[in-house]
Amino acid sequence: MTLDPKIPSGPLSDKWDRHRFDSKLVSPANRRKHTVIIVGTGLAGASAAASLGELGYNVLSFCIHDSPRRAHSIAAQGGINAAKNYQNDGDSIYRLFYDTIKGGDYRSREANVYRLAQTSVNIIDQCVAQGVPFAREYGGQLDNRSFGGAQVSRTFYARGQTGQQLLLGAYQSMMRQVAKGSVTMFAQREMLDVVLIDGKARGIICRNLVTGQLERYVADAVCLATGGYGTAYYLSTNAINSNVTAAWRAHKRGAYFANPCFTQIHPTCIPVSGDDQSKLTLMSESLRNDGRVWVPKNAGDKRPASEIPEAERDYYLERKYPSFGNLVPRDVASRNSKAVCDEGRGVGDSGLAVFLDFQNAIDRLGHATVAGRYGNLFDMYKKITDEDPYTVPMRIYPAIHYTMGGLWVDYNLMSTVPGLHVLGEANFSDHGANRLGASALMQGLADGYFVIPYTLAHYIASTPVEKATTDHAAFAESEDNVQSRIDRLLSVKGSKTPRALHRELGHLLWDEVGMSRTEAGLKRALARIPELREEFWQNVSVPGDANNLNKNLEYAGRVADYLEFGELLALDALHRTESCGGHFREESQTPDGEAKRDDDHFAYAAAWEFQGVGKTHELHKEQFVFENVKPTQRSYK
Amino acid sequence: MNVHLKVWRQAGPAAPGGLVDYTATGVSADMSFLEMLDSVNETLIARGEDPIAFASDCREGICGTFGVMVDGRPHGPDPCTTVCQLHMRRYNDGDTIVIEPWQARAFPLIKDLVVDRTAFDTIIQAGGYTSVNTGGAQDANAILIPKTVADEAMDSAQCIGCGACVAGCKNASAALFTSAKITHLSLLPQGQMEAPTRVVAMIEAMDTSGFGGCSNEGECEAVCPKGISLKNIATMNREYRKALFANR
Repeated sequence: MTLDPKIPSGPLSDKWDRHRFDSKLVSPANRRKHTVIIVGTGLAGASAAASLGELGYNVLSFCIHDSPRRAHSIAAQGGINAAKNYQNDGDSIYRLFYDTIKGGDYRSREANVYRLAQTSVNIIDQCVAQGVPFAREYGGQLDNRSFGGAQVSRTFYARGQTGQQLLLGAYQSMMRQVAKGSVTMFAQREMLDVVLIDGKARGIICRNLVTGQLERYVADAVCLATGGYGTAYYLSTNAINSNVTAAWRAHKRGAYFANPCFTQIHPTCIPVSGDDQSKLTLMSESLRNDGRVWVPKNAGDKRPASEIPEAERDYYLERKYPSFGNLVPRDVASRNSKAVCDEGRGVGDSGLAVFLDFQNAIDRLGHATVAGRYGNLFDMYKKITDEDPYTVPMRIYPAIHYTMGGLWVDYNLMSTVPGLHVLGEANFSDHGANRLGASALMQGLADGYFVIPYTLAHYIASTPVEKATTDHAAFAESEDNVQSRIDRLLSVKGSKTPRALHRELGHLLWDEVGMSRTEAGLKRALARIPELREEFWQNVSVPGDANNLNKNLEYAGRVADYLEFGELLALDALHRTESCGGHFREESQTPDGEAKRDDDHFAYAAAWEFQGVGKTHELHKEQFVFENVKPTQRSYK
Repeated sequence: MNVHLKVWRQAGPAAPGGLVDYTATGVSADMSFLEMLDSVNETLIARGEDPIAFASDCREGICGTFGVMVDGRPHGPDPCTTVCQLHMRRYNDGDTIVIEPWQARAFPLIKDLVVDRTAFDTIIQAGGYTSVNTGGAQDANAILIPKTVADEAMDSAQCIGCGACVAGCKNASAALFTSAKITHLSLLPQGQMEAPTRVVAMIEAMDTSGFGGCSNEGECEAVCPKGISLKNIATMNREYRKALFANR
């Protein structure tokens, strides 16, 4: 199968307008007759459900939580980018597009990224109209800050809770549609299979997490907005319930998985404290605006920060990258943290941390201003570590945070399964090999509010589907599949917990498919993962039954999927022998240790086709064509 | 350290429930309360026993998923702290901790520590939004909002919908939750248009969902992990009276 990205013709800035005009419409009177399933209620899923509901489609919305408002978008702290140029500092749609393409290390599609930058301005308008309480200037206008190394101030924020406020805005809009009857909400449901009829996505099988019953839902099209796969690494900043299952089950039904090795490791997380730790907590990137990153100059220097004189400190980001300093992109900051820790200069008990010091900012701006900017983050840090960042530098270390890879989609956000659309972090499309700060919220909302209402209408209007009900044989086959997997999980009755096995997989992925990857290490991972999978199916312990709320059963099913997915993650990382963005292959670096891309051989999206568990995936390539920007080696010196 | 737990176990809404004793062993000071519960469950699962059911998600105090009574207080001993951000350094070796689910008629129990908080969604559905469709919004800076007003709206908007206010109230009233959303939207120009209908509809939804009345005693504010102020309830009551007169 050749991958057709369906990029519209014409100049970059006209593509989306032209495409919208060329897209077919569904008349208002007919929309009610079309049912759309949306799985996931984060920014992408909730905004899509609200918008499609407003248009009059019959929307069925599913979430894994007890309420759609709990989706993990809620945890995003820093902000959302938009090319508003309110600050008159040289921003434009083209600059946001350029920064995003460059930040992604030239591994994304020009047309998609340009559309993202175009719609960014509408997102802010929409959210303000909803009543999202963004930060304001004293004159009443919206406040902006520079974020994640951008040289313009284009980030809109609501204290350190931007994700929460944007999600509540989308959630409230969706609740309005629930009240009107155009959206039906199914909470506490986990999607466990996509149902295909005539090769088109026509429904889902999900498990009611409260009653344990398997349920069938039929529709004209299915949208997945189920987030990323960072939790495959066990410890990550993702929420406990974030998982790869929906995307992976769709993959097993024919949706290609693209660039899974593009994972983002966030440089400013609270370091790991012990083996019992269940998750890592992010400290917003905005802290790097005023915090200075340093380690002792000498390896093994274990004195407290206050006893290390200025002359014996190495502000290594400021030293190596004089123009960007502490604000270098996430991948660069993370790799440098690892490098200084590998040299034995890491701080704290574990030696796996660097200092993020606010003394300078407190001296310059005063305690009150620093507290105003970062107070809630400092409080959170203190609760977790019992240390006061106003007096002692924070200790930070990188952690898995976001995944750029995901299900392959074309310009219409449709996967390789007709009718199956993928939105937000779950797709691979806009961030290339590395996502810039404050761009995840932007993409989730762009997909849901402003892209899918057009592209889904076109699909529905141009694709005749046969009438089907949940009695169709495809539903029965799918449900049997799901049921037998659940039965199998319950019948092992071994002695190892899903968590213990997940932790082991996570350690392996972090060591071999983490911040820095080698051929030998990836081959070790590829040899070990099937053994772990075997051990899981021989020895996992899942007590209880499937007929009620059984959190451990849900979790076991997800771990089983990580144990299949992890293999693809390592395989993709092994095949991509270049370094780019978040994917750093030690074999491919410049003399001064920066990532070295190989555009001659790897300027493509690697879209993998499932062939069976334990069988090698088949690789399909979508070559990236750069007509407007010229790929250059990124430099933040 | 070791801590003794008395945990509410109840197989389902109709099943009998009761406190069951467990001992969490080898608890480190850096562990979070949830990680301590995880470790108890790990032991139970490895032995093939049914683990304690509880729901948690972000574990950063923002999603509002996990909420339990700890020694009779929603979210435990620390002010303005969700129980997922409570760390075991707060406890000493040999302490006994009683853990129970939220108890309110509007939050029926599902299993062990998990309750159904759908009633909160029902309240939002009644009017906790501005009626704007996607597309067609004016430029964001065309609506000027003084910083002080935006900040105040944000103070109310940061409610995480955990339900502690209901669990902490002797009447199981949802007044703090409901009033926080009403206040957030009524402060902003975008939410003014629908303010009278919103407040009436949301209060009606609150009452019909089985929550109790508010008797203004402030337990909700005292246990709110986000510090949502009792002033929100005063605002709601004022908006309600305004709406009643406006509707005449």
